[in-house]
Amino acid sequence: METTVNNPGATRRDKLRVTSSLQTPDKVNVRRLRRSYRQIRTENAFRKTLIIMALAIFVLVVGIMITLIVQSIPSMKLLGVKYLWGKVWDPVQDIYGAYPFLLGTLLTSFLALIISVPFSFAVAIVLGEYYPRGWFSNLLKNVVELIAAIPSVIYGFWGLFVLVPIVRNFELKIGVQPMGVGIFTSSVILSIMVIPYAASMGREMIRMVPSPLKEGAYSLGATRWEVIRSIIMPYTKSGLFAGVLLSLGRALGETMAVTMVIGNTSLIPKNIFSPGNTMASVIANEFTEAASPVYLSALIELGLVLFLVTVVINMIGKRIIKRFTNE
Amino acid sequence: MGPRIKLRIGKSTVFKTLVILFASACVIPLLAILGYIIKEGITKINWSFFVNVPKPVGEAGGGIANALVGSFIIVGVAAIMAIPVGILSGIYLSENKTSKLAYWSRLSVDILQGVPSIVIGIVVYFWIVKPIGSFSAISGSVALAIMMLPIIVRSTEETLKLLPDTLKEAALALGMPYHRMILKVILPCGIGGILSGVMLSVARIAGETAPLLFTAFGNPYLSTNITKPMHSLPLLIFNYATSPYDDWHNLAWGASLILLLWVLLLNIITKLTTRKWNIQL
Repeated sequence: METTVNNPGATRRDKLRVTSSLQTPDKVNVRRLRRSYRQIRTENAFRKTLIIMALAIFVLVVGIMITLIVQSIPSMKLLGVKYLWGKVWDPVQDIYGAYPFLLGTLLTSFLALIISVPFSFAVAIVLGEYYPRGWFSNLLKNVVELIAAIPSVIYGFWGLFVLVPIVRNFELKIGVQPMGVGIFTSSVILSIMVIPYAASMGREMIRMVPSPLKEGAYSLGATRWEVIRSIIMPYTKSGLFAGVLLSLGRALGETMAVTMVIGNTSLIPKNIFSPGNTMASVIANEFTEAASPVYLSALIELGLVLFLVTVVINMIGKRIIKRFTNE
Repeated sequence: MGPRIKLRIGKSTVFKTLVILFASACVIPLLAILGYIIKEGITKINWSFFVNVPKPVGEAGGGIANALVGSFIIVGVAAIMAIPVGILSGIYLSENKTSKLAYWSRLSVDILQGVPSIVIGIVVYFWIVKPIGSFSAISGSVALAIMMLPIIVRSTEETLKLLPDTLKEAALALGMPYHRMILKVILPCGIGGILSGVMLSVARIAGETAPLLFTAFGNPYLSTNITKPMHSLPLLIFNYATSPYDDWHNLAWGASLILLLWVLLLNIITKLTTRKWNIQL
């Protein structure tokens, strides 16, 4: 306010107000002090809110971990470590063994990776090296993004009505029991769903290959394929691997699409065409029906294992990417 | 040209064709899924499909009003919970890059991003459903909010990191208090990126089914009470798709098309905004 005293542009009213307040300087000081105190208080409160929010996320994750561990204690106590490789899962007889689900999860996820890796790497190479821009690259980028955007329950629904009959015919032809549903069908669905993860990661990595390296190879007379094989691939090895790890993390935890087409039996799968169950799908199917505390706790222990495995895989993947991008 | 060079060039061409073939093959499943859902869904959609609740098996003319309303409520409540927390922690992370809390918080966001959705469903079941004693829409919203958080935090942090420090310094030099500097200068500058992150997170969770199985549970009637079980589109699709009745399959096809359109629309809006604001998510 006092700045307006010498300001010729100030209106008469301002001047009047200034003179009137100048007559009672104490009052003004108090008011100004109060205002700055209030501002400091708001500022501190704001800083504190920010800290609390950041803390909340940390507490949330710790809470998730603690809840899973606490709730699976009954099953750990009763069933022990051998629960993980017990071969029979029969809640009616109170026999719990997680081996069929561990096997089912590993089979579906790795089969899905094997199917999807050629496609996702091809997308990564096309987008990163052959066509970094242009209509083809835009089209492919949009396709990959759309694949990632479709909800998993729709993949499952489509798989159930379109893919299952196809697989059943295929099974008839090669002479295995024609169930249609099973490990193989879920792997195919999963392989479509995880393409975007490895593809977009691989594209980023291939883009980061320094062009002097490539130019050097070209000037020595290397062909495109030789540059890709002996310059780009070795340089992006760890990054491509990290992309595959992220895909794997997604495949392990995927629930709905797998639940709908895997056939849901707790028997150990005999081959890749037989029906089975994954850790996620058995939780989805039996959690609300689990009557006895041990049954429920055994399911939660599966959830805990799933949580730990996916977290470790994701963390390794992220570490590799971070190291790669910092170099 | 010698035969050796011809061979090498030939190899290169073969590889290029193979790679392009494999990459183009990714279009096939996408087209197959989109085409099939549109073909099956479009014939099931009419006015009564939007305004009626599902009828018992055998009666024609049911709709999915309960799931539509439920989806909007569950996702809306989840967004209300997740957006402030996500944006504020994103601000904290971009403002305090090196503090210890920032390290742990960032690690938590990384972990949260990889947690399978079904596990979040289990945890929320024990946090909310069990103490209350019944399934409820609000517990479903909490589960979805937890899934939204990492995306919002990440996009906020990444967007704000891109803003030049001079912006902040200028605001502070004018005597602005810290909170006003953040809320009136920094946030408006980064609002495009933050909004697209929010939209992306909504698109991600709109189709989530697994965390709702043990929380919102589903409800065959129209309900707007968030402390009671509620239906949602993905839950309805899951329940009816795995049922043995053709009437219910038809409802599920229609619902799939609606869900697909909703999710794709959100994705397209996100894309347009990111392009406009030139943000890398």
